[in-house]
Amino acid sequence: MTELLVKNACVIDPLRGINGEVMDIAIRNGKIVEEVSDAAEVVDARGMLTMPGGIDSHTHICGTKVNFGRYMSPEDMRAGRTPRQGAMHATSGYSVPTTYGNSYRYSVMGYTTLLEGAMAPLEARHTHEEFSYTPLQDTMANTLFDGNWGILEAIRDGDTKRVAAIIAWTLSAVKGFGVKLTNPGGTEAWQWGKNVTCIRDPVPYFEVTPAEIIRSVVEANELLHLPHSVHLHCNNLGTPGNYTCTLGSFGLIPDLNKKRQTLYATHVQFHAYGGSGWKDFCSKSEPIANYVNMRPQIVIDMGQVMFGRTTTMTADGPMEFNLYRLHHDKWSNHDVELETGSGIIPVIYRRKNLVNSIMWAIGLELALLTKSPWQCLLTTDNPNGAPFVKYPEIIALLMSKRYRDAEFATVHPDTESRVPLPAIERELDWHEIAVMTRAGGARALGIQDLGKGHLAPGADADVAIYPLRIDEVDPAAEYQKVIDGFSQTEYTIKRGRVVARRGECLVHGSNATFWVRPKVPENYDMGKDPDFIEKFDRYYTVRMRNYPVQDEYLTRSRCIETEADL
Amino acid sequence: MIVKDAVCPFCGCLCDDIEVEVEGNRVVAVTNACELGMTKFMGEKRMKNPILRDGNRWKDITYDEAIRYAADMLLSAERPLLYGWSGTHGEAQCVGVHMAELIHGVIDNTSSVCHGPSILAIQEVGHPGCTLGVVKNRADLVIYWGSNPIDAHPRHLSRYTRYAEGFFLENAFRDRKVIVVDVRKTETANIADEFIQIKPGGDYAVLSALRAIVQGKVDTIPRTVAGVTRAQLVRVANLCKSAKFGAVYFGLGLTMTQGKYKNIRNAIELISELNRHTKFTISAMRGHYNVYGSNEVNTWMTGYPFGIDFSRGIAFYNPGETTAVDILARKECDAALIVGSDPAAHFPRRCLEHLADIPVVQLDPYPNATTAFCNVQIPVAVTGIDAEGTAYRMDGVPIRTRRVLSTDYLSDEEVLSRMYALMQEAS
Repeated sequence: MTELLVKNACVIDPLRGINGEVMDIAIRNGKIVEEVSDAAEVVDARGMLTMPGGIDSHTHICGTKVNFGRYMSPEDMRAGRTPRQGAMHATSGYSVPTTYGNSYRYSVMGYTTLLEGAMAPLEARHTHEEFSYTPLQDTMANTLFDGNWGILEAIRDGDTKRVAAIIAWTLSAVKGFGVKLTNPGGTEAWQWGKNVTCIRDPVPYFEVTPAEIIRSVVEANELLHLPHSVHLHCNNLGTPGNYTCTLGSFGLIPDLNKKRQTLYATHVQFHAYGGSGWKDFCSKSEPIANYVNMRPQIVIDMGQVMFGRTTTMTADGPMEFNLYRLHHDKWSNHDVELETGSGIIPVIYRRKNLVNSIMWAIGLELALLTKSPWQCLLTTDNPNGAPFVKYPEIIALLMSKRYRDAEFATVHPDTESRVPLPAIERELDWHEIAVMTRAGGARALGIQDLGKGHLAPGADADVAIYPLRIDEVDPAAEYQKVIDGFSQTEYTIKRGRVVARRGECLVHGSNATFWVRPKVPENYDMGKDPDFIEKFDRYYTVRMRNYPVQDEYLTRSRCIETEADL
Repeated sequence: MIVKDAVCPFCGCLCDDIEVEVEGNRVVAVTNACELGMTKFMGEKRMKNPILRDGNRWKDITYDEAIRYAADMLLSAERPLLYGWSGTHGEAQCVGVHMAELIHGVIDNTSSVCHGPSILAIQEVGHPGCTLGVVKNRADLVIYWGSNPIDAHPRHLSRYTRYAEGFFLENAFRDRKVIVVDVRKTETANIADEFIQIKPGGDYAVLSALRAIVQGKVDTIPRTVAGVTRAQLVRVANLCKSAKFGAVYFGLGLTMTQGKYKNIRNAIELISELNRHTKFTISAMRGHYNVYGSNEVNTWMTGYPFGIDFSRGIAFYNPGETTAVDILARKECDAALIVGSDPAAHFPRRCLEHLADIPVVQLDPYPNATTAFCNVQIPVAVTGIDAEGTAYRMDGVPIRTRRVLSTDYLSDEEVLSRMYALMQEAS
């Protein structure tokens, strides 16, 4: 039995309604408890800001395309390297760090749970292998269904229950967590070098539209009672005027779930663009945020862009090709049979570039104009908008108008006429930041009942203690203190152990992976469905028996079973 | 007993539809595999136990002794080299990386003498690729360039291209065109619809000519380019542009001939150009069944696919300096651990002369050319036959190999983990 007592913590725990109360946190065997014995090891938090461990609800850290981002970019690997030291292995990489690099840097920032944003089912084993080398965070993977042939055919046949059955079989087989749609229909079209422009374009051959895919998969997701909602990367990412497409997609979504949103729309910054071309490119954050404010069934994340070098990577293959034609840098693409695809290119976001400056503003605007922090979570779509190590700067920008103005003075001078940012006075408070970086993520992912995102007795003892006195620091003025404070915890506690202290990771750790197994009636078991089996055998190049990810790949398996309504 | 859907641990095709018939813990029949895979499954003469060189003779030693020998050798080395890795499972490769990091060694895999230049080209211009099933189901044009799958990857044609069924092809054999580009008429050229014969060393020029034609600059092309007529080049460029989905598979005939990584760069840039007209992909025909896995493991753990030098604590990568051949040729290396490869059969003489002068431990199930250079050889279970583990197919698809026999041999991962534990205790 191991016991730990965190004393004198200034706790913000939004899911329990605690906002800045000084209290003790008792931990036994990796869980929060009511009290511990006198023998417990004591950590004195000395009134420092203490919150549940951070949860990144959309990040790209593990798997085929992430690793290819490393593979093709020795220049990025050289840009961030540390030697083996103490319990820490050597790390490389700036925008796409090695798995240990990701894990240590997130841990030092107080993050304890990460959702990998996109996993191709056929290559799921790779994602899980990298998860085991991301030892200081619990992980889960969004599973890609945007171009899944079985699902496209079932939608064409109007059979939503079969859509649900295929999702159920696949999630169980590949040990996936959530249902991800990336440019639905577009990734299949891209295997012919084509794309869909918005939600009404039919997908070649399958003759279903993105709108039908989104609607049907959302319904299927709820039939399966999955913890998380559908996680959507809208069509038409990154193009001027795409906000209408985004609004059209949001408009498809009914309110189907009492506990959480029905749609999680990711990196919405990239989908909130006005204008008819690059010349009149402008922010449309206001209509997007207004729409979200009226629709409790929608949660978004920012996808904030920060200036500097990074690597873009997404399952949205056609978008990356378009980006390549703009940037003329190196370009990788990887289509995955019967399922989806991906693309990668390096980019530099520049303050001197008008479009980049507008993108930077839009992300902040979305967070400031969305009234409820529970509906707009803090992300950069790591590493697409920026590497996650930029989060502390983003927090400071959201908390300080003065900091925003200071930064705004350095961006392209024409930005002012294209964005509402300078007129926005709102400054977020500590509680709102806690929602956007942990509590909101836990609720949106549907993992608060599994003990994530809060510090109630029974919860996982994942705690972040930041060297910040919220009664002394004025974030509006002292934004550098906010940046420094969120860059490095005093203590990061994972599963009841201190894993990081003042920038150093102290233990090897051992990751747990959350995944979902929906129980379906016998007649909806795709593993026994003759048509499904026949198509699998004929068109996949891997045998059906070799497709599922074996238990060996999960260091700690946390399977969530659901009962499907089929 | 018949084991179904076994995974063939021979080439980068990583065929996973093999049926292996086992009687009395011996493989007696293999179905679906090619000649190469069948030979591997049927087995050669395996070494029975670890051996230690004792003057001009071999002495039998225990696993404990052999593992201790290797750990001591690596711990006392100043510039240890950990080489090979393409013929073992990913779990063992991970232990190898940790080991190299602990002892500040160099870890390199066989791609440094194989598709290393292809990787350098990818690091310059990227890689438009896809999984093999995308080609199988869609491609109406397949080009083999400097590769000869009939000999080297025998089932590539039947599983993924020439003879494969394809969802979007009504009559795949008739509707799919195959072009072979090579310096000689290979077996594969005999089953192609079009053969382009290039004078040795002329690949770069032919690729440049095709790029120019695709860009509409036919006028700039001389009457022949490296022995290929302009008429044929124009015909092939048009075939490429009018294909619905084209796929190029290149081999060492492009990677390791004059121009090396520049050839691959030019080929990739041709494909990127073709993507402005239609859909095209390009991929390397990777050799060992898990050479790609070794690149993947190295990359997520160190940031680089091969040739990683930990001598300064951080991971440092500079092919040509931190690669096995260079470290041996410069006589820097003072101890070598060889896993899952046979450098003595492939390395230049100068490297082997140095290898003969330093202590060498090899993990391999079979005696091979490198055995002659070893101080100790440790026989291990064969991944895919008597050991399970992860392998990455040439297109990046990871598959878990099956165990078809049970033996007492330790796997590479087990031997290396014990070695690593001893090294951690000592340091």
